[in-house]
Amino acid sequence: MAAPKPRVKVPKKASKGEVITIKTLISHPMESGQRKDKKTGELIPRQIINKFTCEFNGQVVFTCDMDPAVSANPYLEFNAKIEDSGTFKFTWVDDNGSVYTTEKKLTVE
Amino acid sequence: MAETTIKYTMMAGIFATSLGGAAWAGGPADDKLVIDDELEITTRVKAPEGHPLDEVISGWHYRTDETRALEADSFQNPGMLYVERGEEIWNTVEGDAGKSCASCHGDASESMKGLGAAYPKWDEKAGRPLNIELQINKCREDNMQAEPYKFDAADQKSLTTFIKHQSLGMPVRLDLSQGDMQAWWDKGKEVYYRRTGQLNMACANCHEDYNGNYIRADHLSQGNVNGFPTYRLKQSAMVSLHNRFRGCIRDTRAEFPAAFSDELMALEVYVTWRATGLSVETPAVRQ
Amino acid sequence: MTLSRREALGLTAGFAAFIAFGPKATIAATPETDAAIKAFTGGAMPAEGKVSLDTPEIAENGNTVPVGVSVDSPMTADSYVESVMILADGNPNPAVATFHFTAISGAAEAKTRIRLAKTQNVIAIAKMSDGSTFMDTKEVKVTIGGCGG
Repeated sequence: MAAPKPRVKVPKKASKGEVITIKTLISHPMESGQRKDKKTGELIPRQIINKFTCEFNGQVVFTCDMDPAVSANPYLEFNAKIEDSGTFKFTWVDDNGSVYTTEKKLTVE
Repeated sequence: MAETTIKYTMMAGIFATSLGGAAWAGGPADDKLVIDDELEITTRVKAPEGHPLDEVISGWHYRTDETRALEADSFQNPGMLYVERGEEIWNTVEGDAGKSCASCHGDASESMKGLGAAYPKWDEKAGRPLNIELQINKCREDNMQAEPYKFDAADQKSLTTFIKHQSLGMPVRLDLSQGDMQAWWDKGKEVYYRRTGQLNMACANCHEDYNGNYIRADHLSQGNVNGFPTYRLKQSAMVSLHNRFRGCIRDTRAEFPAAFSDELMALEVYVTWRATGLSVETPAVRQ
Repeated sequence: MTLSRREALGLTAGFAAFIAFGPKATIAATPETDAAIKAFTGGAMPAEGKVSLDTPEIAENGNTVPVGVSVDSPMTADSYVESVMILADGNPNPAVATFHFTAISGAAEAKTRIRLAKTQNVIAIAKMSDGSTFMDTKEVKVTIGGCGG
């Protein structure tokens, strides 16, 4: 499997006090731990993204705890209220301990 | 009595649903596909001469509101993850010749534009039509001196998706005048109408005779191929055309031919022609 | 009181519906779902209202079902939605996801895509910053394909 790749859609600009919509997607099989290997009949061990966090200038905007019932290639859409220019930081935590991050800048005009 | 009226309405609603509400009444949904509110996709077009149907309709019209919406937003479309992965592969050096796809073909948005709408193409040396997957493998062996991809390898699907995506919105149009393409088209047509398997069904039974109807809960489309490789919700991954061919044939309870065999390549030539004029939708989103 | 034929049919249908679906307060939650709700609310039964769950009536495939929630809240530092838990009552494990909001979330709205093993109720429970809880439930029919599966 190629390394999970995050995709994030955030407007580049916003006006002060505006509520913007943020969309995120990451490539990940979200292996539920309930599927069996067709050849061996053994359960395939669970491996999912279990936590997502969005911060803006170090302040938490939105987080999500995920269970195996979230679909493969997990998609999240949420909002943020913008008061200043700054940087969004997005973090996905994998069951195997890996952490995937990406950042986006936004300017208030 | 108010309580009874509410429950009665609820009951009636459920029956209406099971018998077919607006979106489930059968037939293609009356809707227009515009990706990101920018790119208009041709999803209904007058059939080419000699086509058994009057109008060629994309499988997009046979899906629910939610599935159609996924394809209309290039961010939400999970198939775009595989387009991005394909772009990485395009730029990655592999094989003894020390080359990537980009070493020879440069910017795919220019060099690959239109290819996805015009394949399979006749290959004189091979003496048979090649689809994108086979063309990639030929390139890997001849020019990159790399191992060809095994059928449905993750990288094969991603790279094929990336290459076909460069033709997004362009009309499918095969050149049947090259080499023996017409003979392969004839053979593909024969495969399309040949009944097979314990269920004794041909492609045509579902996709020509009964498209717009339901087979159990499945809404049958015309079986057009303009969106392949396609992101299928069932697999939550890209599904290649030959994978779907084999799946369909398996479901008639027949022995299914090998991927890229003469039989399935002929079928690909024929069904690609049946989609003439529809826009390339790769990566389409289907159930 | 005399009943017309139409009214009589309506009554019969209504009664059948009542038996089939029951009153809303006793939605047939599994013990696991019930326990998850109580753990989230601290034992309280969530009230109706404020939270609304957006799901398709019919999902073409249970592997990827879009769901959205929105909660009626001013989303200020004094009064906001802390979290919304999504449960799928008919899955082997009802837990799906929990969204956590803050005062800078702007709007208490979120969307994701989930797996549903079969036709079932999806439940959203919102916890407000004052500790009150609200619930919405939607049934999603999951179809089984004719051939594609």
